[in-house]
Amino acid sequence: MNKKTKRNLLFGLLTSLLFITTACGGEQESNAGSGEEGTTVTFLTNNEVNLEGVQAVADEIKEKHNITTKFEIIPSGGEGENIIKTRLSTGEMTDILNHNSGSLFKSLRPEEYFLDISDEPYIDKIQESFLETVSVDDEIYGVPFESALAGGWLYNKKVYEELGLEVPHTWEQLMENNKVIKEAGKIPAVAPYEETWTSQVVLLADYYNVHSEMPDFAEKFTNNEVKFADTPLALRGFEKIQELQKAGYYNDEETSTTYEDGMRMVATGEAAHFPILTFALTQMAENHPDEMDDVGFFGQPGDDADNHGMTLWMPNGIYINKESENAEAAKTWLEYFMSEEGLATFMSKTKAIGPSVVEGVELPDDAYEAVKDMTHYVESGKVAPALEFLSPLKGPNLQQITVEVGLDMVPAKEGADKYDRDVERQAQQLGLEGW
Amino acid sequence: MKINKMYSYGLLIPAGLIYALLFLYPTVMSFFFSFTRWNLTDWEWIGLANFKMFFEESSLLIGFKNTFIFAFLTTGLKVVIGLLFAVILTSQLKTKRFIRSVVFFPTLVSTIAVGIAFTVLMHPSQGLLNQTLGLFGINGPNWLGDPALAIYSLAIVDVWKGVGIATIIFIAGIMSIPKDYYEAHEVDGGNKLNAFWHITVPLSRPAINAVIILALIGGLRTFDLVWAMTGGGPGFSSDLIASIIYKQYQAGFYGLSTAGNVILFLMVALIVFPIFKFLNRKEVDI
Repeated sequence: MNKKTKRNLLFGLLTSLLFITTACGGEQESNAGSGEEGTTVTFLTNNEVNLEGVQAVADEIKEKHNITTKFEIIPSGGEGENIIKTRLSTGEMTDILNHNSGSLFKSLRPEEYFLDISDEPYIDKIQESFLETVSVDDEIYGVPFESALAGGWLYNKKVYEELGLEVPHTWEQLMENNKVIKEAGKIPAVAPYEETWTSQVVLLADYYNVHSEMPDFAEKFTNNEVKFADTPLALRGFEKIQELQKAGYYNDEETSTTYEDGMRMVATGEAAHFPILTFALTQMAENHPDEMDDVGFFGQPGDDADNHGMTLWMPNGIYINKESENAEAAKTWLEYFMSEEGLATFMSKTKAIGPSVVEGVELPDDAYEAVKDMTHYVESGKVAPALEFLSPLKGPNLQQITVEVGLDMVPAKEGADKYDRDVERQAQQLGLEGW
Repeated sequence: MKINKMYSYGLLIPAGLIYALLFLYPTVMSFFFSFTRWNLTDWEWIGLANFKMFFEESSLLIGFKNTFIFAFLTTGLKVVIGLLFAVILTSQLKTKRFIRSVVFFPTLVSTIAVGIAFTVLMHPSQGLLNQTLGLFGINGPNWLGDPALAIYSLAIVDVWKGVGIATIIFIAGIMSIPKDYYEAHEVDGGNKLNAFWHITVPLSRPAINAVIILALIGGLRTFDLVWAMTGGGPGFSSDLIASIIYKQYQAGFYGLSTAGNVILFLMVALIVFPIFKFLNRKEVDI
């Protein structure tokens, strides 16, 4: 097929896509309006993001730079991702986009769509570990939207005190604690599988333990050299999900238990543990403001008590649309967002859910207890990024597979096998080499 | 004469254009893209690889099985229950107008809303359904959480929502049967049951066929209800072909999910056309 027909076909396709997007797009107002009334920049974000902090910053930007921010909210998860991809390829993207960093960001082919901001002065303040997840080659495209977050175990400190338990440093100790908790009539671990994504956490949060023993796992995994099913260390993640079920340590009615139920259970002490990503803290603080001091955090332990670390998730990034007519205003926006005032305003409204990736940002005294618990992991350097920030591969069916494993519908090994096949399919669809 | 003919074709152009642009063109394109690795802006011809990959999907077997269970079960129930309602609602019932609207009402509610409502009703311990069963000392099952049961629970909800349409079609069918037949039947001394089996059923055949075909096509392609209620879960246990395709689309496997849609299209056609032909042959003229 020659290039011209290819282009013609592509054009035809885009025309039809245009019809679809105009039909389903909620807000499609044009972003015109400069001059005396100031500029309006549009800001696309998903509905799981807490807008309070960014709204406060936007208000200040309006005041100081006469730039109005208009938010457009789209669904989160895969659905939102499709909207973003479609809008990028049809040239309908907003001026500023708030979206995942890491593999999800890189799958958007940033070099075509986003503005290179590597020369901006504020870049120096941002930690290298974050910048890696928002750059391609030498070009940097994004700034962190908020603090990083951790994947691990939230626990109820009161329950621990009552039962005389100590924070476990090995998986074995954790299981012993669970036994005591169950005997005391409380739920050892919440599995809120109504929201299926929560079922992956025990596997994903185990990555510190894989990474510290096999630092090249991510690279080999990407190159089709190792699999979950035949790497005992990585397989442990699947096994741990299942061990908890087999021992009866999960709550009943997992598939009808919601994420919010999970927060309630661990905040009120109905349950002792909730393996989850710590962005749960934000919503938990809204629902249970009085119990936040009772909720602590520890990373998912491995087998070595001296090597107890935590798995870190990088925050979303904020990116500027390359084709934006308001690129200058958008740059001003980002600059203010990353300025000391901007960061202070943001932090005054939105509390940190993990360690910051911006230099010089200290954890305030009123930070969540659980976030304070993370400090010693960071200080002792026992931190590893989650696999999804080290490899572009994350099989789309993982959450269904971990539900199956977590409900003991299939053996852990079979689940891992299924996941390996899922990843293989993704690699083939992405056209990666070596698959 | 010739001008007249041209004139009438001219009138077809606007509608034809819209149809071609919005329906024919995307359909043809989807056949094309099912042979490619496609990321919405760029594509690469990979032949039959997508189809091969689609059939290797581990949950596909469950998907096929569930789709057939779902489609045939809901079709059967809609025909039986719908016909029953229609007979009752064409009888000398005083409140039949009111009951007709009640039966039809669920059809007007958005599927997603129905799905969310029933997810709450079917909650294993706090749901109204199991609490009611509890009053009679019955320990209700976990309707949506039990992998073996989930697909049947979904089918029940789909019947609840769809039986109204079937009933309306049946009512129209039954009303169009001339009264003479029933009178002749009465003169001959037949009872009500006989009248139903030997007059109502054979003579509302066109309506039955319409319901079967509509329900079958709808059932084979069902997606929204399942997605709103179980998302194909727990695990993959209530996945239908359409939800498998959707998940692939969500993952950004555009070529693969397009191939899945082509397969679904062919499957629906292969099942529905023979049944359609078969049913039409059995129709009788009034």
